[in-house]
Amino acid sequence: MPIYLLLIPFLPLASFIFTLLFAKRLKKQAHWPPIIAVLISFLCACYAFDQVLHGTHINADLYTWFASAKFKASVGFLLDELTAVMLIVVTSVSSLVHIYSVGYMHDDPGYARFFSYLSLFTFSMLMLVLGNNFLQLYFGWEAVGLSSYLLIGFWYHKKSASDAGKKAFIVNRFGDFGFGLGIIVVFLVFGSVHYDTVFANVHQAVGQTFNFLGIDFDVISLMAILLFCGAVGKSAQIPLHVWLPDAMEGPTPVSALIHAATMVTAGVFLVARCNPIFSLSPAAMNLVTIIGALTCFFAATIALVQVDIKRVIAYSTVSQLAYMFIGCGVGAYGAGIFHLYTHAYFKALLFLGAGSVIHAMGDEQDIRKMGGLKKYLPVTYFTFLIASLSISGIPPFAGFFSKDEILAMAFASPVGAGKFAWFVGTVVAGMTAFYSFRLIFLTFHGEFRGTEEQKKHLHESPPTMTIPLTLLALGALAAGWVGVPEVLGGENGWAHFLAPVVGHPDVHLSHFTEWALMTISVAAGLTGIYLAYVMYMVKPQIPVELAKKHPKLYDILFNKYYVDEFYNATIVEPTINCGRKVLRGIVDGKIIEGVVNGVPGLIGRFSTLLAGLQNGRVQHYGGVMAVGAFILLWIFMM
Amino acid sequence: MVQLLFFYFALVVIGLGLRIVTAKNPVHCVLLMLVLFFHMAGLYLLLNAEFLAAVQIIVYAGAILVLYLFVLFLVDLREEVKMSPFIKKGKWLGIVGAIALFLTFLRGVMNFSLGPHGQYTIEKIQQMTHTKAMGEAIYTTYILPFEVAGIILLVAVIGGLAMAKREK
Amino acid sequence: MVHLSWYLTVSALLFCIGVFGFLTRRNIIMMLLSIELMLNSVNLNLAAMSHYMEDLRGQVLVFFIIAVAAAEAAIGLGIVVTLFRNHRSVYTEDITTLKG
Repeated sequence: MPIYLLLIPFLPLASFIFTLLFAKRLKKQAHWPPIIAVLISFLCACYAFDQVLHGTHINADLYTWFASAKFKASVGFLLDELTAVMLIVVTSVSSLVHIYSVGYMHDDPGYARFFSYLSLFTFSMLMLVLGNNFLQLYFGWEAVGLSSYLLIGFWYHKKSASDAGKKAFIVNRFGDFGFGLGIIVVFLVFGSVHYDTVFANVHQAVGQTFNFLGIDFDVISLMAILLFCGAVGKSAQIPLHVWLPDAMEGPTPVSALIHAATMVTAGVFLVARCNPIFSLSPAAMNLVTIIGALTCFFAATIALVQVDIKRVIAYSTVSQLAYMFIGCGVGAYGAGIFHLYTHAYFKALLFLGAGSVIHAMGDEQDIRKMGGLKKYLPVTYFTFLIASLSISGIPPFAGFFSKDEILAMAFASPVGAGKFAWFVGTVVAGMTAFYSFRLIFLTFHGEFRGTEEQKKHLHESPPTMTIPLTLLALGALAAGWVGVPEVLGGENGWAHFLAPVVGHPDVHLSHFTEWALMTISVAAGLTGIYLAYVMYMVKPQIPVELAKKHPKLYDILFNKYYVDEFYNATIVEPTINCGRKVLRGIVDGKIIEGVVNGVPGLIGRFSTLLAGLQNGRVQHYGGVMAVGAFILLWIFMM
Repeated sequence: MVQLLFFYFALVVIGLGLRIVTAKNPVHCVLLMLVLFFHMAGLYLLLNAEFLAAVQIIVYAGAILVLYLFVLFLVDLREEVKMSPFIKKGKWLGIVGAIALFLTFLRGVMNFSLGPHGQYTIEKIQQMTHTKAMGEAIYTTYILPFEVAGIILLVAVIGGLAMAKREK
Repeated sequence: MVHLSWYLTVSALLFCIGVFGFLTRRNIIMMLLSIELMLNSVNLNLAAMSHYMEDLRGQVLVFFIIAVAAAEAAIGLGIVVTLFRNHRSVYTEDITTLKG
C-alpha cells in the first residue's frame, strides 16, 4: 500500500482531529492545518492519477476489522481510473473551497469548527471513493451524510438551518435504508462485499430469483434497484430531492463543495462503480433513465421562477445530476462521470460566485433586490458568466462536451427509455440556459434594485475568494477538452481512459446523426439564452404578465409543486402524532411508567403489610414461633 | 393404688394449671402454683424419684415462688383485678393454638416407642436410695454439666446484682 | 399399672396450658409464671421417661433443669423490675419499643 494513497484520506482526518482539538488556541489561524492537509492530498491525488495513467492498479485491504465465516469487514483501498478521476475532482474542489472559505467565513465565530468539519467531509468523501468494498462505501456514505448535517446546520442558532440539517439527514436515511438492503442482498447472493469478488461473479447470478411474499424478484434487478435507492437519496432525485434546496441554509462554501461538486455526486459514483450489476438489469437501467429524465424536467421547471440566488443554483444542481443519471441509465457510464467532472467545476464556480455576490450584498440573497452588479464585482461577473455558458452547453466550454456526450448516447441507446430521455434532456438544456442567464441578467445587469445602504457596501471580494473563482473558471472552460469526441476531431481520451472500469456503451452513431444532435442541443442552449435576454433585458414586463396570466401554474412552480407540503401531511405529521400519542402517551406513559412506578408501589404496599408482623410485642413473636414449631412438628411427623 | 394416686395428682395438676392461667389476681396464681408444685412432687414420688421431689419443693416452692411474690409488689393489685387477664386480641387464637399443639403432641405420644433400657432398675434404686443413685450419676458421669450449672447460678447472682443497682 | 403414655399425656397437656398462658396473659409476671409451668411439664416428661427406661439420665437432667430454671427466674424477674423502672408498667401492650 503506497504511502501517497494512504495520505490522501488520512491527512484530512488528522487535520479534522487536530483542528477540533486545538480550535481555541488556533482561533483565526485555524485554516492552516486543513488547507495544508487538503493541498497535500491534492498533490498525492495528482500523483496517483499519473500512476494510473501509467497502468498502476491497486486493490488491497489495509486493515481487517473482523472476519466471521464468509463475511469480511475491512478497510481497503482500490485505485483504478474511476477512483483517480474522483480523487482529482474531490481534492481540487475541496482545496479551492478551503481557500475561499478563509475570506468568506472570516468574521464567523465558528471559524475553526467550520474548517474542521470541512476536513471531516473531505476525509469521508475520500474514504467513499477509495473503498474497495461496499461496507466502506456505506461508511463513507453515512460519514458524508453526517458532515453534511453538521455543515448545513452550521449556524445552529437559526431554526431554519438546524431544521434543514435534520431534513437532509432524515430524507437521506430513507434512501440509505434501501441502500443497506441492497448491500445485504449483494452479500446474500455473492457471499462477499468486496468489489472484486462481486463484479467477477456477477454473471453467475443472472437469472437467479429471490422469493419475497410470493413474488419472484430477479436478483440482479433487485440489487440494482435497492442500491439505486441510496443514490436517489444522496443525489437528490425524485422523490427524495426535497432536502437539497433546504440545504442552502448552510454557508455558501458548503453548498459549493458538498451540494454541487462532491457529496451529491456520490450517487452517480455508486451507479458507475456498480456498472457490472446495472448493465445486467434492463429494468434497473430503465428506472434510472426515467427517474433521471423526470427529475431533470421537474427541477428545471422549478428553477425557472425561483427568486433566491442559491435556490436557483440548487435546483439547477438537481437537474444536472439527473443528466448524469440519464447518462448512466442508458449505459454510458463514462459520459455520466464526464458530466460529473465538468459539472463539479462550473457548479462550484456558480455557487462560489453566488457567495461572492451574497458577501458583497451583506447577506442578501433575493435577486429581485440585486441588479447591475457587474460594475462592482467584475471578477465575480466574468467567472459567473463563464460558468453559465458552460452549463448551457455552449462550445468550446466544458459543459458542452459532457452534456452533448450524454444526449448522443441517450439518443442511440438500446435502453427503452433512451429516446424519451434524449427528448427531455434537450428541452431541459434549453431551460437550463434560460434560467442560468435569467439569473445573470437579473443579478448583474440592469439597474441596482437594492437599498442605498447595500449599495454603499458593494465591493469586490478579497483575493482569497477571487483566486479560487478564477481557477475554477479555468476548469469550467477547459475541463471538457479531455473528452472531445471524434466527430469534432478529438480522440475522446476520456472515454478510452475510463473504459477498463465502466466499459464502452454498445452504440453506433453515424457522424451525421452526431452532428445533427450536437446542433440541436447547441441551438436549444442559444434559444434559451436569447429568450432570457428578451424577457429580462429588452422587455422586462413579459415575465410579470406571464405570471399574471397563469397564476395557478406560477404558484405551483414557485411552491416547488407543493411536494414538501405533501410529505409533511402524509409522512411527517402522522409520524409525529404517532410518536406523541401512541408511543409517548400509551407505551411510555402507561405501560412502561406503569411498570416502573407500579412495581415499587407494589413492593411498598407489600412491605408495609409485612411490617405489620413486627409490632414490638413479645407475645406476638411467641405466637409466631408456636405456629412455626407446630408446622415443623407436622412435617417431621409426616 | 398407685393408679388412684396418679389420677388424683394428675387431675389436680391439670385443674390447677388451668386455673393458674385464667385467674385475675396474680397472687392467687402464685399461691395456686405452690399447691401445684406440691402435687408435682407427689408425682415424682410415684416415680421413685424422692430426691427430685425434695429438690422441687425446696427450690421451686421455697425460692422461686417467693421471688415471684416479691416482684408482685410492683403490680397495683386493685386495678389488676378489675381488668381482663388476657391480651385484647389473642385469647381465641391462643386457645386454638394450644389445642392444635396438644393434638400434635398426642399424635407423637401415640406413635412413641422406648429405646434400650439402662442399668438403674427400679429395684436397684429402691435398694440404694434414689439420692445415692443420683449422687453417683451426677458426680461421675455428669460432673461437667454439674460444674456448668454452678457457673450458671454464679452468673445469675452477678446479673441480679448488676440489674438491681440504681444509677447514681 | 400406670402406662408411660399417661404421664406423657399429662405432660403434654400441662405444656399446652403453659403455652396458652404465655401467649395470652397481659401481665409479664404471669407470662414468666407460665414459663415455669412449661418447664415443670418438661420435668415430668423427663422423669417419667427415665423411670420407664430404668436409666437415671432423665432425672439428672431434671435436676439441672430445676437449677437453671431457678437462675432464669431470678434473672427474668430482675429484668421485669428494670423494665418497670423504665416504663412504669408491667403490661405487655405498653412495651412496644421493638416495633417496626
